[in-house]
Amino acid sequence: MSDALRTPFSGRAGAALKDAFLQEALKIATTKFIDLRKESFSGFPQGEALRDRARAIKEATLQHLDVHLERLADHVERLGGTVHWATTAEEARGIVLRLCRDRGVRTAVKSKSMATEEIDLNEALEHAGVTPIETDLGEYIIQLAHEKPSHIIAPAIHKTKGQVAELFSRELRGEFPADPEVLTAVARKALREKFLQADMGITGANFAVADTGTVVLVTNEGNGRMVTSLPRIHVALMGVEKVIPSMSDLVVFLAILARSATGQKLSSYTTLVRGPRRAGELEGPEEFHLVLLDNGRSRQIASTLREALYCLRCGACLNVCPVYRQIGGHAYGYTYPGPIGILLTAMLKGNASVRELAHASSLCGACKDVCPVRIDIPRMLVELRGHLDREKIAPWTERVVFKAFRRLLLSPTAFRLSATVGRWLQRPFVRQGRLRGLPLLFGRWTRTRDLPPVAARTFREQWKDLR
Amino acid sequence: MAAAAVRASLMITCLGDVLFPEVGVAMVRLLRRLGVEVDFPEGQTCCGMPLFNSGYHHDAAQVAARTVKLFERAEHVVVPSGSCAWMVRSEYPGLLKHDPVLRAAADSLARRTRELSQFIVEVLGVTTIESPFEGKVTYHDSCHLLRGLGESAAPRTLLRGVSGVELVELPGADECCGFGGSFSVRLPEVSASILDKKLANVESTGARCLVACDAGCLMQMGGGLTRRGSAVKAVHLAQVLSGEGPA
Repeated sequence: MSDALRTPFSGRAGAALKDAFLQEALKIATTKFIDLRKESFSGFPQGEALRDRARAIKEATLQHLDVHLERLADHVERLGGTVHWATTAEEARGIVLRLCRDRGVRTAVKSKSMATEEIDLNEALEHAGVTPIETDLGEYIIQLAHEKPSHIIAPAIHKTKGQVAELFSRELRGEFPADPEVLTAVARKALREKFLQADMGITGANFAVADTGTVVLVTNEGNGRMVTSLPRIHVALMGVEKVIPSMSDLVVFLAILARSATGQKLSSYTTLVRGPRRAGELEGPEEFHLVLLDNGRSRQIASTLREALYCLRCGACLNVCPVYRQIGGHAYGYTYPGPIGILLTAMLKGNASVRELAHASSLCGACKDVCPVRIDIPRMLVELRGHLDREKIAPWTERVVFKAFRRLLLSPTAFRLSATVGRWLQRPFVRQGRLRGLPLLFGRWTRTRDLPPVAARTFREQWKDLR
Repeated sequence: MAAAAVRASLMITCLGDVLFPEVGVAMVRLLRRLGVEVDFPEGQTCCGMPLFNSGYHHDAAQVAARTVKLFERAEHVVVPSGSCAWMVRSEYPGLLKHDPVLRAAADSLARRTRELSQFIVEVLGVTTIESPFEGKVTYHDSCHLLRGLGESAAPRTLLRGVSGVELVELPGADECCGFGGSFSVRLPEVSASILDKKLANVESTGARCLVACDAGCLMQMGGGLTRRGSAVKAVHLAQVLSGEGPA
């Protein structure tokens, strides 16, 4: 358990609400992402049909996941690459560490990858004496700050440019202004040397095409290309659900992924990697390794959480989520934040880990509306909450309250009586026709809001006169 | 009126019954004025959504079964809350899928159930209603009416149809108010923080009334408005259309 998780979720969220820098950064960034996405889809009428198509491809692919993965592996090997199968995070780390040890790797440059975050690869590398260098600007920032990503595509979204300037000035020894262009140039210069030193390049994969053995990286900074071509070894680590059957399927996903994420028609770089350097080619790594990570995914194919395996990691659901927009990604406490992150956490870490998180949603449905593959996140959160009840993970006190509430709803007499009792109990708390400062559980409401009192005459009582 | 009157049963909802009876009264008067014959099945309590959303699905199914039977003979069911109408229309059939008889009854109830504004526009075919209500108002889209039932036009059409009402659009009208049922007490600070943003938008419109079609959102936003001593009043669409809103 990380230190952050020792505080309950409600406490982590409360702290985030009080962080003025975080609030400013979140407001600016999420609003910008929302507007860019909206604009991009508004001029793209075929987008809706493509979203349906993308969803159908994911659905069909998962039904024969084993077949597609074997075809992918077969093609990668024919291209001269090596495929590794990792059932757990530990196995995946072991595979990469073994490669480092056997090949004398001292430095590894990385392109942004949530899968490597999921398995805590950087910590494992450092522990083994290999220096990992994040080369995506956002990832570089948080690596310097010794933090974790707080957004799936914008890992340093929680930082203002002023904070980044301070961080760079301290860590890179200089006096840098809060100017994004200057700061980018500083990072670029620092990273250039690292690219040339590195023995290994580590990436994730947005897609892997089974038919051709192509690993696809969708990026905006060009660092991905250098990570995959400069070092002598390239290791791509991907969740097994990222496989898609064909290049024509890829076109469907590319048309909606960047639009959903950043509002771009295409990201600045779409990198297609097929195996290591071949004879006669001028660039590319000598070795190419593909690590296929399961880590609890395949057992979810038949579960209620299945749809979460369709996720493209675009981050659109985070930007529109009223909860994420208030608390940011770190408060969630796990690798994947936001509404989809709750589902992925349940999938990867088990239902008990989301006892509190499963309720970190008002079920407003904004996430479902923007999801490029139309994952019904609110429905799945409700399903997940159902598991918490049935598996008795929900606190017993809560379960008792809800069971009692059910009895009330099943008996009109009891329901009527509760209104009468409420009217009597509320008397000391009515101020100018509103309830304030209520005790116990009700205080959670009245701390910040008034509550209307139980009416002098309920509708049911008034109906007699209306008839 | 020449044609046989439309008959509608009220699903008044738990919050509507106990906390907002004035909304139900306004709705009865309004519907009668529109020629609807209104009845109120007295055995009703709540649609069971609080149980459902918190994961108590078996318990919610028992409540659903009861409600389905209670409204079995209703020609139309009218609900002054988008979320409860959504619950009946979109979740009851799934909750009762294991019993073919109840499932069929749930499917039938889903077809007969409408949120108030949808009922007026779709079933009655009415878009202009005379009401003495006057002034600048703004409208909040409640999540379940907007994204659950896909309705954003009917309430706005009806508000524009009142001659004394000026409707100004609310910035971020489609964003959640932070209520979310038990969410509002499980994570009260987060809920209140979402609400603050909503109310700042409301106050920026210069409207004197904030209109919504859901008791939950009205409880949240109304509770926030009075707490901050705002001059803006939270009212239900039925109160605007019947002219019984706050003066």
